Amino acid sequence: MLLSITNRSPDATDLGFLLHKHPARVHEVELAFGNATVFYPQADQDQCTAVLAVEVDPVGLVRSKGARQGGWALGQYVNDRPYTASSFLSGAISRVFGTAMNGRCPQRPELVDSALNLEIGLPVVQGNEELVVRIFAPLGYAVEVRRLTLEPAFPDWGDSRYCEVVLRAELPLHQALKHLFVLIPALDRDKHYWVGREEIDKLLVKGEGWLAEHPEREWIVHRYLKHQRRLANEALERLAPESDEEDAEEEPVERRISLHEQRLETVAERIAALSPQSVADLGCGEGKLVRRLLKGTAIPRVLGMDVSSRALEIARDKLDRLPPSKRDRAELILGSLIYRDSRLAGFDAAALVEVIEHLDPDRLDALGQVVFAHAAPRHVFVTTPNREYNVLFEGMKTGALRHGDHRFEWTRAEFREWAERTAAEQGYEVALEPLGEEHPDHGAPSQMAVFHRID
Amino acid sequence: MTLRLPELSLVLLIGPSGSGKSSFARKHFKPTEIISSDTCRGIVSDDENDQSVTGEAFELLHFILRQRLKLGRLTVVDATNLNPEDRVKLVAIAREHHVLPAAVVFRIDEKTCAARNAARPDRDFGPHVLRRQFGQFRRGLRSLKREGFRHLTNLRSVEEVEAVEGIVREPLWNNRRDEHGPFDIIGDVHGCYDELRNLLGMLGYAVEDHVARHPEGRRLVFVGDLVDRGPNSPDVLRLAMASVKAGTAICVPGNHDVKFLRWLNGKKVQPTHGLTDTIAQLEADPVDRRDLIEFLDGLVSHYVFNGGRLVVAHAGLKEDMQGRGSGKVREFCLYGATTGERDEYGLPERLDWARDYRGKALVVYGHTPFAEPRWLNHTVNIDTGCCFGGALTALRYPEQETVSVPASATYAEPGRPLRSEEKVDAQLTHDRLLDLDDLRGKRQVHTALKPAVTVREENLLAAIEVMSRFAVDPRWLLYLPPTMSPCATSNREGWLERPEEAFGYFRQQGVGEIVCEEKHMGSRAVAVVVRDPSVAMSRFGLPAERRGVLYTRTGRPFFNDTATEHALLERLAAALETAGLWDELDTDWLCLDAELMPWSVKARELLQTQYAAVARAGEQHAATLSEHLVRALSSTHLDDGARATLSALTERVEPRRERLTRYREAYRHYCWDVVTLDDLRLAPFHVLAGEGATFTDHDHPWHMAVAEQLQAADPVLFPSTDWRSVSLDDAGQVDAAIVWWEEMTAKGGEGMVVKPKDFVARGPRGVVQPAVKCRGREYLRIIYGPEYDAPENLKRLKQRGLGHKRSMAEREFALGLEALDRFTARRPLREIHECVLAVLAMESEPVDPRL
Repeated sequence: MLLSITNRSPDATDLGFLLHKHPARVHEVELAFGNATVFYPQADQDQCTAVLAVEVDPVGLVRSKGARQGGWALGQYVNDRPYTASSFLSGAISRVFGTAMNGRCPQRPELVDSALNLEIGLPVVQGNEELVVRIFAPLGYAVEVRRLTLEPAFPDWGDSRYCEVVLRAELPLHQALKHLFVLIPALDRDKHYWVGREEIDKLLVKGEGWLAEHPEREWIVHRYLKHQRRLANEALERLAPESDEEDAEEEPVERRISLHEQRLETVAERIAALSPQSVADLGCGEGKLVRRLLKGTAIPRVLGMDVSSRALEIARDKLDRLPPSKRDRAELILGSLIYRDSRLAGFDAAALVEVIEHLDPDRLDALGQVVFAHAAPRHVFVTTPNREYNVLFEGMKTGALRHGDHRFEWTRAEFREWAERTAAEQGYEVALEPLGEEHPDHGAPSQMAVFHRID
Repeated sequence: MTLRLPELSLVLLIGPSGSGKSSFARKHFKPTEIISSDTCRGIVSDDENDQSVTGEAFELLHFILRQRLKLGRLTVVDATNLNPEDRVKLVAIAREHHVLPAAVVFRIDEKTCAARNAARPDRDFGPHVLRRQFGQFRRGLRSLKREGFRHLTNLRSVEEVEAVEGIVREPLWNNRRDEHGPFDIIGDVHGCYDELRNLLGMLGYAVEDHVARHPEGRRLVFVGDLVDRGPNSPDVLRLAMASVKAGTAICVPGNHDVKFLRWLNGKKVQPTHGLTDTIAQLEADPVDRRDLIEFLDGLVSHYVFNGGRLVVAHAGLKEDMQGRGSGKVREFCLYGATTGERDEYGLPERLDWARDYRGKALVVYGHTPFAEPRWLNHTVNIDTGCCFGGALTALRYPEQETVSVPASATYAEPGRPLRSEEKVDAQLTHDRLLDLDDLRGKRQVHTALKPAVTVREENLLAAIEVMSRFAVDPRWLLYLPPTMSPCATSNREGWLERPEEAFGYFRQQGVGEIVCEEKHMGSRAVAVVVRDPSVAMSRFGLPAERRGVLYTRTGRPFFNDTATEHALLERLAAALETAGLWDELDTDWLCLDAELMPWSVKARELLQTQYAAVARAGEQHAATLSEHLVRALSSTHLDDGARATLSALTERVEPRRERLTRYREAYRHYCWDVVTLDDLRLAPFHVLAGEGATFTDHDHPWHMAVAEQLQAADPVLFPSTDWRSVSLDDAGQVDAAIVWWEEMTAKGGEGMVVKPKDFVARGPRGVVQPAVKCRGREYLRIIYGPEYDAPENLKRLKQRGLGHKRSMAEREFALGLEALDRFTARRPLREIHECVLAVLAMESEPVDPRL
């Protein structure tokens, strides 16, 4: 990875003093993940350029302990880490230009806070043009950004996810370095080390004086801390105590929180109204509905089942934080809706909230057997997105589905057809209803089928 | 004196403290066969004499007892057993497990007992304890028979106890494990003598003086219901009685036979369901009543044959009752499982016990007539309703073929219609849904190649998740391919993998004949294709017609759109037709292992986000750096040292650019645009299985020859796969193969796969790797990164361990072949799925993905 800093102020070679690197020499520094070289392609009075070139050891990266902990991104030999601007580059900046970034220049202290005519070149940056501008422009940079094509032999593979970026501004050098230190890792989607609490301090020190006022500060903080929401909230709190806590998740297709909460609330209320002795939440995920069903003391037994052991682990964690009077009524099991399972028999009610659309359509037959013929609860609540409503989601492409793992989304008629056929085959009666606020033409965002067994 | 005890029994030693029970037990039984209440007291409280923990001690005793009886182990309970209530509990446990209770009673005088207790320092209880015990003893003994102890031994003195020299363990009557057949098992005859004779004729038996004999010594086994309904019960009885007596036949009783016996014994029975016919026939054609009674009375409820692999019972038998003896077992054998209700025809409603059967033994039975022999979960019902105008059926064992003769007439009207609704295939109907209870939990899969492949529970759960979310319908999944290990790394400078090491591996394993196959770079695809779309329903049990399925190495649908899949399978089926392979291989479906190209079809996202992305980022980075370096070196401000350092840097950077270019070339080789079906290439390399047979007993040249037939039939879809046989002893052939590999990989080929000539090869150390890959120098850039062959990188990359990968390959290979074997043998789907899930479970083990 590569960073070039050009100074076009008069006495441009002062850059050498500020960086503590003599323009006539080459400076080599060994880093944990490779080595850094600083050299000056040009050192004239009107223009002086310093280049920081970082060579990452690609084999060392994969075989390092950090890679094993860091997960997939670093575990690959075929990896853009050696080339793209990432937290590695930030690491190199702080190691090689640390003194400069901290604004120390004992030989020429007057240079530290003087604004220089700077041009910063980052040949490979992850992200799109708009994002780069949004991040750098508020800090006073003139941003020149060019998206790199991906593969000349296959033009229809589209553009790459990289940009070439040139930033120009009149700024003190230490300011620019601090900006880069924070914003480069924020732009990069992958982080090369585990994010811990100490990262908050680094962020706040380097962001002092500019981050709090940055219009994209929340995005920057979340991305810098790699979506560790708790850390991000803590950082924002310390950064600007009055800042409101908006959810900074990236472009949610549906305003997930509110809609999903509403769905769960409705299902939980409807189930509670039946006063069941036992309820099974099939496809419970992280256990949101299970916990809702445990509220109050009415339902003696709540089972959560999911196919994902990862989701169940989280659900279990959250359940364990409940008082025993609630915790003891809940049970979590790993299971699947396409395998018959004796553990699912004998429940008064079952819920499948936004579950069926995660199965391939030809497996729904098995699901019908498992749920209605074998588990055979007295009441079954099934919810699924209403495809007709998708046109109302901003920015959603025609024909697209709301979630990458959705195998289908049904119109109201399609859902009705399935629900009524299944009910008829399995000895249930069914009623359909909208879920969420209804639009006159497109219906509600979700839809629900309520099945009652005919005994 | 010797005592006789049933080999599987619960033995209660009964007697007061000091009567010598424990010594007796130690002398005559294995220590592990004895559960002593004192020992249990000790285990729960550290004090064998602590009477206050009696409750806990007996709970433990009962627990151990249950486990042992479940596993069919004779068990001795060493406690005083004086209290009838305690004994009742033990007898109830024996009954739960259909084990016979036996008692050995120690009637030793009080004085002797007292003297013995006094001599033992740990038994310091007063005389009143013993007195109470004797009181209980005398009172309680009278009820022993009533409590269910048929095997009762009284030892009346110290001398008698000491005179017992040994205990003979008598096999249960139903235990014929040492008889291995071959057998011809005959379904419900019901007096259909003519059909029986016809059937015996077809099976090769000659009948003389009512004795049926087979020239090769095969024996008959009747599943019972010899009498009633049909026209000639007397002759059927004569044949069965004479043949059983002569040792050429074995017979278990049916409910009709037992009812007939009760009539013979003068009991009052309802003369329905054809019994009147039998009575009338015997009046006209008498058979000696005492012979009949002796024969029928001597029939044993069921038999366990062939080391436990075969069970014959009239109405079938659950696993936990096989080889056991109790009233319940006999009842099940005669009447099967019933709900206790009556159905719409007024007949007892029968439960389909076979649906829940999970035993390993094949259970052959009759009792409930079906239109055709009904195979389900290792059971087969061979009652095809001869007396109702159906057929009389025999099962040849161990061949497991059925032979039937149609009835000459309808002799009786069935109480309810013959169950023909399952004519499709009872097993396929049953297997519409898999049961997680059959698949959950840590398990050992027994395969033909490896006796026990262990699957860890967490891996299995991961596999269930993947299977549930992504896989095709499990009914199509009869195989998942094994992973493949590369060869060991080469010592040669500049090379990571070379053919020498691949050959070396097989040489070392004692394999002399190998094949080298060009390795196509695409995505692994398993194709299951049917000759006629209806086979999807009739053989695979799918709900609708379909041409087959194409899935990835983890069982996911290969294409997201079914139209492409369908079109490709149509082409494949057509090529099989053109090549005449359906007929040649005598099958209407085939499972093929293949590579589907181009790589970009399946891996496009990966190419965009990783492979091409890295190339682009790398190029941009390298070009910019070069520019800076050129500018620096052409400027005048640098000192000499700096100049030298930058020249050195330039020399490091330039080869990197070159390597990046070659890396880009490497992956481009495997990408092209797919607009129509004609842009796809399918290269099959294994013809795995078809109806009734796996083709894994054919060597690889045979498989490649089939691939060539396909290529000739449709040269557009099927690319040619270059391959050659190599004899490792022939240096010329080996050298030529190396040159061939070098040329192929220099042109951008991925490399080759080296296999033993035989599909399954065994060396002195067991099963040999089914295949080892040897990848080309350029191709490896895609795996190890653009700069992998820089000397400082290559040196480190050469250090890699293959052990885990090879062990995985070996296990997955065994599991894959086992799945195919089970599918072709028409085993229940859960047993095929078990293997397939296990392969997937193995794949969740952490192993270096570059290997």
